[in-house]
Amino acid sequence: MKKKIVDRLRQRYAGDQSPLDEDMISSLGEQPPELMRTSDEAYEALEHVHESRVWEAVRQERDMYQQIHKWSYSSGLRLIKRVYTTLAVLTCGGIILFLLWTVNMLPPFGNPNNPDNNEVAARYIEQGPEETGAVNMVAGMILDYRAFDTFGETTVLFVAACSVLFLLKLNDHKDGKPTSAWLEAEYDDRHHEPKNDQILQFAARLLVPIILLFGFYVIMNGHISPGGGFSGGAIMGAGLILYLNAFGFQKTERFFTYNTFRWITFGSLITYAGLKSYSFYTGANHLGSGISTGTPGALLSAGFILPLNICVGLVVMCTMYTFYTLIRKGGI
Amino acid sequence: MNGLLESLWTHFDVTVAILLFGIGFTTLLLHQNLIKKIIGLNIMDTAVFLFLTTQGFITDRSAPILKEGAEAAAGYVNPIPSGLVLTGIVVSVSVTAVMLSLTIRLFRRYHTLEIDSMTLMMKGEGD
Repeated sequence: MKKKIVDRLRQRYAGDQSPLDEDMISSLGEQPPELMRTSDEAYEALEHVHESRVWEAVRQERDMYQQIHKWSYSSGLRLIKRVYTTLAVLTCGGIILFLLWTVNMLPPFGNPNNPDNNEVAARYIEQGPEETGAVNMVAGMILDYRAFDTFGETTVLFVAACSVLFLLKLNDHKDGKPTSAWLEAEYDDRHHEPKNDQILQFAARLLVPIILLFGFYVIMNGHISPGGGFSGGAIMGAGLILYLNAFGFQKTERFFTYNTFRWITFGSLITYAGLKSYSFYTGANHLGSGISTGTPGALLSAGFILPLNICVGLVVMCTMYTFYTLIRKGGI
Repeated sequence: MNGLLESLWTHFDVTVAILLFGIGFTTLLLHQNLIKKIIGLNIMDTAVFLFLTTQGFITDRSAPILKEGAEAAAGYVNPIPSGLVLTGIVVSVSVTAVMLSLTIRLFRRYHTLEIDSMTLMMKGEGD
């Protein structure tokens, strides 16, 4: 009987709502009256015993978990780290050795008969200047034959800039008041970045115009000399970043804000898409598109390559500058 | 074995690219610091670019920019790998920027760059 009551109690502690069931109630009725009287005390005593047992179990469980925790923090972590390091070194060594072994099967270096120097490259070189009007064959290839691919590339940059904006941009104003995160970022920027550095400002005053001019030159001459939109845009972005470093956000905000970024990148991408869809519409690969290629070597030649280079350069410049400002402060 | 070593020497460009790739991969796997992992990934990118550009090179030929009196294809190196590397560089820059901004977000939340302590903190937070 006692055992049965204890079982019932356990069930009750485990969440079972009815401590007594039908046959127990009927069996209680058969008990002598004195046992009925003492059942309350027995009940209390049993409850007491049960509670102490529960506490014991809880303590044991806690000790066990603490031990596991301690092990995993000290020797377990060390063990896993050692296994990981060994496996990583083995993997790296294995990959390097495997790749070095495959060097044996490669064609010789600088040989004109290598399989990658095939008729495609010869076609680009022989027909490229005539068909695209670009003296720089790489520019002719990426902005004329494969301009759609370059459009995708520019979009990749644009999407990356958007993701960085989405991840890092702090809300600067909410109902007319600057947010606390924005104020904190401003404070950090004022205290940790150079401010009114004479040497930097002097150097920037000398260099920034030259850097911007050189970047502009590289973009404009992308089709007649080495360079193009990507390299020129990166140079111009670097110039802007130097200007920002020397003179701070107050000066750059006068000509480059979030809206500037938005409109320049949007306009460039739309222009690119429009120009390229026109040349696709009129028949890709120069089937009477009505666009003159001009004299190869002249600045205004090579059909759409020059405007496309300018579009790409503007997108790259804005993206570089935006990456920098967002990573530095969380705003443009 | 001797032949292998000799081919490693004659293909020194590819060997250097592979070693750079290995250095980058080892950095990526062995370092705990997220910024160092990103640096390792960038070294791997550079190795791939080096490999691609050297594949387009042809001895005694000039860069693919048209010169007076040399219209034949035999005068220039292969321009295709250069175009491919341009694409690669752009993608590498974009991926690096996104990775860095994710790292900044993680640092703002956990105030550490070590991936192990970050994981422990994430476990402690519960799901």
